[in-house]
Amino acid sequence: MFVRFSAVIAVMSLLSSFALAEDAKLTDPQIAHIAYTAGVIDIAAAKQALTQASNKEVKAFAEGMVRDHEAVNKLALDLVEKLKVTPEDNDTSKTLSKNAADKLAELGKLKDAEFDKAYVANEVAYHKAVDSALEITLIPNANNAELKSLLQTGLKIFQGHEQHAEHVAASLK
Amino acid sequence: MTPRWIFPIAAALTLGASVSAHAATIQITMENLVISPAEALAKVGDTIEWINKDVFAHTATARNGEWDVTLPSNKTLTSVLKKAGTIDYYCRFHPNMKATLVVEP
Repeated sequence: MFVRFSAVIAVMSLLSSFALAEDAKLTDPQIAHIAYTAGVIDIAAAKQALTQASNKEVKAFAEGMVRDHEAVNKLALDLVEKLKVTPEDNDTSKTLSKNAADKLAELGKLKDAEFDKAYVANEVAYHKAVDSALEITLIPNANNAELKSLLQTGLKIFQGHEQHAEHVAASLK
Repeated sequence: MTPRWIFPIAAALTLGASVSAHAATIQITMENLVISPAEALAKVGDTIEWINKDVFAHTATARNGEWDVTLPSNKTLTSVLKKAGTIDYYCRFHPNMKATLVVEP
């Protein structure tokens, strides 16, 4: 129950941090920064899981998150270099990083099966929030066609991770 | 009189023809998190060439547990089909990637 409640809070705070972005129109350099930050956050969460998780499937999932998000972020870095765009920090990125730091600290106190469940529940919630941010805000606001296309690939990857996380969550019950 | 060299050539042609008729190579591509074709048709003995064009690792995992191929990023692997059946498979890492392979006897 605690886990589920905290997951709901995580989604709400994530959604509200993405909602900030809707007030002001986001620019491509800001969108690139947000997307990159979202990947960095999930890599950090996965690295924490690789040292703290006890379940084999949870560890394998975390390895996949590091692998995929590093690959997406490499594509993103290659693209901004090609487009000569400098990603620009913004309130949405800052809120995301702050929430993620709080989450890392919260999960850092948990151990074994308790950690496994909380990490996977947060991964489901986090990917859901990022998926809707991509669909509702980031992709429609992206101007550059190549950036838009990379965000669309990112969306497919994140949706895949969300389903993968749901499978892992179901196996932990 | 038939020249002697005809025989080896004729034999090679027949062999070549029979190989291509009975064991084909079917390409299945994973690109941009999509498996294509979504439904592939093959026969027992055929070779599947799994082509991963993504920078992400994928798997081709049969739902019935018969096979599980792990495909590193930008790699091509082959496997020979041993059993007939209609097999739904997916990528374990990205379960939104799904397809069907129909293997005829």
